[in-house]
Amino acid sequence: MLTINIQKDMLSADGRATLEIDATIQDNELLCLFGHSGAGKTTLLRILAGLTKPDKGRIMYNNTVWFDSEKKINLPPQERNVGYMFQDYALFPNMTVEKNISFAQKEKNPDEVEKLLELFDLNILKNQHPNKLSGGQKQRVALARALAAKPNVLLLDEPLSALDYDMRLALQHEIRKAHELLNTLTIMVSHDLQEVFHLASSVIMLKNGTVIKEGKPADVFSQSTEWKSRMEHLSY
Amino acid sequence: MDQDFINTLLLTGKLAGWTTTILFVVGFPISYLLAYKRFWFKPIVEALISMPLVLPPTVLGFYMLVAYSPQNAFGRWLAEHFNVRLAFSFEGVLIASVIFSLPFMIQPLQNGFTSIPKSFRETAYTLGKSEFTTFIRVLVPNMIPSIITAAAMTFAHCIGEFGVVIMVGGNMPGETRVASIAIYDEVQAMNYQTANQYSFVLFIISLLILTLIYSINGKKKIFF
Repeated sequence: MLTINIQKDMLSADGRATLEIDATIQDNELLCLFGHSGAGKTTLLRILAGLTKPDKGRIMYNNTVWFDSEKKINLPPQERNVGYMFQDYALFPNMTVEKNISFAQKEKNPDEVEKLLELFDLNILKNQHPNKLSGGQKQRVALARALAAKPNVLLLDEPLSALDYDMRLALQHEIRKAHELLNTLTIMVSHDLQEVFHLASSVIMLKNGTVIKEGKPADVFSQSTEWKSRMEHLSY
Repeated sequence: MDQDFINTLLLTGKLAGWTTTILFVVGFPISYLLAYKRFWFKPIVEALISMPLVLPPTVLGFYMLVAYSPQNAFGRWLAEHFNVRLAFSFEGVLIASVIFSLPFMIQPLQNGFTSIPKSFRETAYTLGKSEFTTFIRVLVPNMIPSIITAAAMTFAHCIGEFGVVIMVGGNMPGETRVASIAIYDEVQAMNYQTANQYSFVLFIISLLILTLIYSINGKKKIFF
């Protein structure tokens, strides 16, 4: 269980704003952070990963304190055991697909690498370097690499934003498959309503750093007339 | 071929080789800090490192001579504790050469570090990798063209160095007389043929090194 109670000054779409989050996320959840650009979604992911320091508050994963401003605790990213998938995927160009995945392992285990290659249908590409891969293939490698470290929390920053519609649908399925199989607490940034309905078990909707709604996707979006009309246009 | 000619070229190569090796070791941590860390006096450090690009070599050479003098604190300390006199010695020229060639090593390395997307380092950290592992496994292999450029530029610059060497080392055959000084010396003595031989060798080496750098920068993707 991840407990977040933090504040962080940031620059939002409307100028200066304070990101204020008070939330508890269960272990098997796939939470979607939803909102317009500059709402604070990526900042929150970075804070959870230990890449950005909040101004004050506390973050706990089960009984481990990740951040506590009063006690001056701030665990570095290396000690949080999170998997972070960046928008640009950040695959290491000097390593093959297989090496990218095995690099992430804390203890080398070729069988696990093979399993991940198979799970994400990457076997045929395992000796390729990232510059030879398509956007969708890169996304699958990045996801496999993030999971290879067996993270407690998986953080996905708009993982599908750079892909075309068909590819997005196919890879939404991959993300759901990985989440169901590994049951890792997953937090994903998105501003695609369809993606949220397809993947998320719960949603936090952010605006200028503030949580404006949270709950199950259907509940969150049915409360808003703007989003309700958009929901009706979804194909499923 | 004249033994003096060969010795002078070997000494030139030795000076450039040692300078490049020392700067290679010193340059990585300095350029890493300048690329990724924030500290209030960073602009001063960057300015000091870049000074040899704009400062006349004779100015640095003069200050080095002053520092090496046994009449001043550093020179006296060296003389009293180690019985070492750096003025007009190979070691003295080497130290001056290292300082004077700093920007040629640091700037390409710093550019190499900053050209690597921040997300590479951050991904490695979230995968539990230390800064050192990230440096060795992720950063260095992805900036090989910058590393080759830095080493080649430093070596090429050292081979052509004149002002600092003549100020700090003078013109002592086998000790401080490098090719660029030999050219000046031979021209003064009107031995134009020997001066031409030295000049031709330096011209060819410099051309080869610069061709290497440009061919690497034109084919950065060749490494992956």
